[in-house]
Amino acid sequence: MSILRNALTIAGKDLRAERKSKQVLPTMLVFAVLVIVVFSFAFDPDKESTKALIPGLIWIVSIFSAILGLNRSFISELKNDNIQGMIIAPVNSISIFLGKFFANFVMILIVQAIAIPMLFLLFDYQFNGSLPWLLLTIFTGTFGFVGIGSFLSAIASNSGISEMLLPLLLFPIATPALIGIVSATKIILRHPDQIEKAYGWLQLVGGYDIIFFGICIVLFDYILEV
Amino acid sequence: MIKIQKLVKKMGNKMILRNLDLEVKNGETIAVLGPNGAGKSTLLKVIATLYKPTSGKVMIHGIDLNENLNKIREKTGYLPHASLLYEHFSPLENLEFFGKLYGVKDLEKRSKELIKQVGLAFFMNEPVKGFSRGMIQRVAIARAIIHNPLLLLLDEPHTGLDQKAVGILNDVVETNKQKGMTTLMVTHDFKQAATLCDRAIIIQRGIVSDDFPIEVRTEEWLLNKYNEKVGGEN
Repeated sequence: MSILRNALTIAGKDLRAERKSKQVLPTMLVFAVLVIVVFSFAFDPDKESTKALIPGLIWIVSIFSAILGLNRSFISELKNDNIQGMIIAPVNSISIFLGKFFANFVMILIVQAIAIPMLFLLFDYQFNGSLPWLLLTIFTGTFGFVGIGSFLSAIASNSGISEMLLPLLLFPIATPALIGIVSATKIILRHPDQIEKAYGWLQLVGGYDIIFFGICIVLFDYILEV
Repeated sequence: MIKIQKLVKKMGNKMILRNLDLEVKNGETIAVLGPNGAGKSTLLKVIATLYKPTSGKVMIHGIDLNENLNKIREKTGYLPHASLLYEHFSPLENLEFFGKLYGVKDLEKRSKELIKQVGLAFFMNEPVKGFSRGMIQRVAIARAIIHNPLLLLLDEPHTGLDQKAVGILNDVVETNKQKGMTTLMVTHDFKQAATLCDRAIIIQRGIVSDDFPIEVRTEEWLLNKYNEKVGGEN
């Protein structure tokens, strides 16, 4: 219980810091909105072929916005050696990882909650599929991506080129999950009658989430170790 | 309180601490002196559980460093060069955050008490980012003792402080010393070391080269003792 309580304390601290500094979330939102607006002008929303882009666009917006937030997640702890303050406290390293994960997860969910309806609106997309399935897909995909992203951002933050390093580390590792989640989203949005196929992809992504999240938890202690 | 035997700490190929031995009793206030690069801060970081020893035995509060880190951390306060504070947060928010991690009871009351003790009651809800170095250091020491530690580790705590801030910091150390807190203070400020500490150790090239009680509480006496040992080494 103390692991979860400390994780929530750390996540609360990050979200509170963001509410005060307004550095990361507005940047993520502006980026997401900009991408959607540019794409909505680049492709004719009236064409049926344009609708096929929407599943991919959802994840392009989500992933690249998330990268902006993930990059700052641990770098923000370096300014006054803040991370040391958490390491020397009687806190399990899992709590630090989970706290960072929760905060990143909440921020990207906020971006998605604004960006995805806006995407549907600007692309004049009438959603007729199953909303619970769409929400489950977004949740599962985001969970895996943010989990491994939070872990890798801790590694990248120790490098002087973390902004470049994080995507280089993250994309190859997250590719299987991204393929699965884009495929599942495509089925839910474009072929709601074939929902069982989406279930297969979701199982794949769910498996990826569990395995990689477990690995991150086990290995996180070694990242903090000097 | 602290028992260190044959402590070795390597960073890459460089050996920072070389078979260092040290014993500290409960309630002692010790000045850790030595030239730059001697390993003073590294020693403090090992005791603070930030660095893992390469080899050797480190017992703190009777607990082996390799056995139960969190038990040691619960009883240890550490004030490094950096403040460890979140600059968008006020002193109260900073203390409440760290206090929660330490499981401090009556946290709001304790935080407010400490902020008053370090003379920042008027700035309790102001963001730390606008504070001077001295004010930040005062909040930082409040953070280090938020959980009433039995062992306090201070790394050059007087650097950059004005006289008022030095006085407040010394008061905090003295008050906690009377309550039985053990303090290890890495410092180059011989005046403060002579004022606050009962014992001094000199670290040179990763080992304790001298260990003596501070018999005369003057800067000159301590400086002479230091120069006898260290000489022109820097």
